Amino acid sequence: MTHIFQERQSILNDNIIEEATIVEQMIKKIINALINKDTNLLQEIIDGDEAKVNSLVIEINEMIIQLIARFQPEAGDLRSIMMIYKINGDFERIAKKSSKIAKSILLLMDEPPLKPFQDVPKMLEATISMLKDSITSFTTHNVQLAYDVCERDDIVDKYRSHISRELLILMIEDSALIQKSQSIERITRNIERIADLATNIAEDVIYIVEGEFIKTKKSKS
Amino acid sequence: MINSILKIENLSASYDDKVIIQNINLEFQKNKITAIMGPSGCGKTTLLRCLNRMHELTPNAKVSGKILLESTNLNDNFMELNSTDPILVRRRIGMVFQRPNPFPNLTIYQNVLAGYLLNGIKLKKQEADEIVEKHLNLVALWDEVKDNLKKHGTFLSGGQQQRLCIARALAMEPDVLLLDEPTSALDPISTQRIEDLIVELQKTVTIIIVTHNVGQAGRVSDFVAFLYLGDLIEYGLTDTIFTNPKNLQTEKFLTGKIS
Amino acid sequence: MNKTSFRRIKNDTYKLGLILLTIISTVPFLLILFFVIKNGIAVINWEFLTSLPKPIGENGGGIINGLIGTGILIIIATIIAIPIGIITGVYLAEYPNNLLSNSVRIVSEIFQGVPSIVVGIIAYFWLVKPMGHFSALSGSFALALILLPMIIKSTEEMVKLVPADIKEASLSLGVPYYRSILKVIIPASLSGILTGALTGIARISGETAPLLFTAFGDSFFNINIFKPISSLPLLIFNYSISPYQAWWAKAWGISFLIVIFILILNILTRILYKKI
Repeated sequence: MTHIFQERQSILNDNIIEEATIVEQMIKKIINALINKDTNLLQEIIDGDEAKVNSLVIEINEMIIQLIARFQPEAGDLRSIMMIYKINGDFERIAKKSSKIAKSILLLMDEPPLKPFQDVPKMLEATISMLKDSITSFTTHNVQLAYDVCERDDIVDKYRSHISRELLILMIEDSALIQKSQSIERITRNIERIADLATNIAEDVIYIVEGEFIKTKKSKS
Repeated sequence: MINSILKIENLSASYDDKVIIQNINLEFQKNKITAIMGPSGCGKTTLLRCLNRMHELTPNAKVSGKILLESTNLNDNFMELNSTDPILVRRRIGMVFQRPNPFPNLTIYQNVLAGYLLNGIKLKKQEADEIVEKHLNLVALWDEVKDNLKKHGTFLSGGQQQRLCIARALAMEPDVLLLDEPTSALDPISTQRIEDLIVELQKTVTIIIVTHNVGQAGRVSDFVAFLYLGDLIEYGLTDTIFTNPKNLQTEKFLTGKIS
Repeated sequence: MNKTSFRRIKNDTYKLGLILLTIISTVPFLLILFFVIKNGIAVINWEFLTSLPKPIGENGGGIINGLIGTGILIIIATIIAIPIGIITGVYLAEYPNNLLSNSVRIVSEIFQGVPSIVVGIIAYFWLVKPMGHFSALSGSFALALILLPMIIKSTEEMVKLVPADIKEASLSLGVPYYRSILKVIIPASLSGILTGALTGIARISGETAPLLFTAFGDSFFNINIFKPISSLPLLIFNYSISPYQAWWAKAWGISFLIVIFILILNILTRILYKKI
């Protein structure tokens, strides 16, 4: 392949890593906002970060289409580019979910927190570590780490079902809490989705390296 | 930023009263690679040969319109090539042909210097050595032939011969290098090396390459011009035209529906 | 009876016939060569090669005048014919289809078929008559006229063989047209052109007829090209029509020399031809 192709491929990699960093940062901001009761951070996510990711998503999509149209990559190059295309879409959705989570939390911020809500930061921590590791496995082509990420999806799922059960009990006890509980339910659902997307990324990394499609998870909720 | 080095205005060319290209308007960007692509017989080679006034050597050939080349002494001042001595035009616009054509009676060393030797330009020994080494290095041939400089170029492989021909053209330090399907006679590996070389060379020279190979145009060029039946159908950034051509003919050509 | 075996017999018969006919046609040539060598080689010695002929009745004597004469005639003819022939040949190859080149080509081809004695007459009327006497120059002129069409033809063919790419490569480097011809086209086809020239020289080295009334012959040592000069074929002619046996032997000797000379030229030609 020509120098131009290699050059562009490395720019593409840089861009997707930049996108990953922003997405990771968004989730970190949510955790910090929860700990420090900082609504500004949430506002940043909603007003700035999502748009930043979206413009990167478009840029990366264009780059990939141009790469395929002009250089007709094969084998490893092809796998890597196709998976970056998928990962790009996953990041776009993670950014969207993060923004939704931020909006939901913003509404709950002023009110006294319900007990199950205390588990949300832990669930977020577990998710962000999955996301981080899936990105690391992408940059280092570390398949072991990628498999590890897929395994850890269960942890996040367990958090979610645990929180759901607690919320259900609360709602049965006090119907005034239904609306609030549903908000929290939405948040955990979105976090779980983010973890699923992180798993998807890990699976894509496995495909890049090993050339085989893996589906480690049972069907999503 | 647009920085044109070569402009074509209303260029038409014919041969035996048969019109080959008509009313072409194009601007070539400095230190960029422009690919001229199109199906065979669309006039792309004729267009290229008009640029260094080789077309007029064909019997019964006619050219009309203007070709303007950035003047060497003043910026933003163009000289009209059709009223310039063709000898001078060709020293500023070099050319590489479809088939590798090193001079069979000259050694590798002499082939690189052919532009000087054949024109009777005297060079000091040291100067000549420097030119040869510099330009053979530029085409990544120095290491392969440095021990055989006094041999004739004919024992080299096709790809090496073509690189020698590129070195020969570059040795005259032209501003523009024309490549007429430079890899059509070469095997895939030599082709790839030449393509890499072309991309590398754009730092030193503006390149215009004619190719009927869509893939090649995609791999090496910054801009593409699509010619069909003697008309310039579309011109623009390779990235744009390869993903979103505006013209139906271009679309059909790129997708292999006309060839 | 099956068809295949019939076909095979037919095939073999034709093959045998071809071989026989080839041998039959070669035999006379081999016989001639045999006689020339048998009769000629005995005559060759140092004196024969280096001394002048002696009057009838005296033993010994040589053919140095003929050797020198033939040398001078061939060299001058070559000097006249090669530049003109190459220039014309290049022109015919470069402009193959205009009125001038078509006419020149036809004339040159006709000239190749004209009997050499006719060429001799032309030289006689153009040079010998106006000058008032026979001369080496007029002989060379006649030989040049025979050589010229051969060089034109071989140059034209050889220049046509040079790929158009090579000329274009030269022009594209800003090399003017005339320099491209001189420095690229002619050198690239030079070995082919020389091959043609050598074949031509081999042919004129044995020409006798046009020399009879141009160079005429001379029995003294002469290197003045404005005077009559001897040549080997003329000597053969003169010696063999004489009534003296000693002179017949000399004619064989000279024939042997010419055959050897042509053989050497042929070998040279083949060596050059392989380089094309």
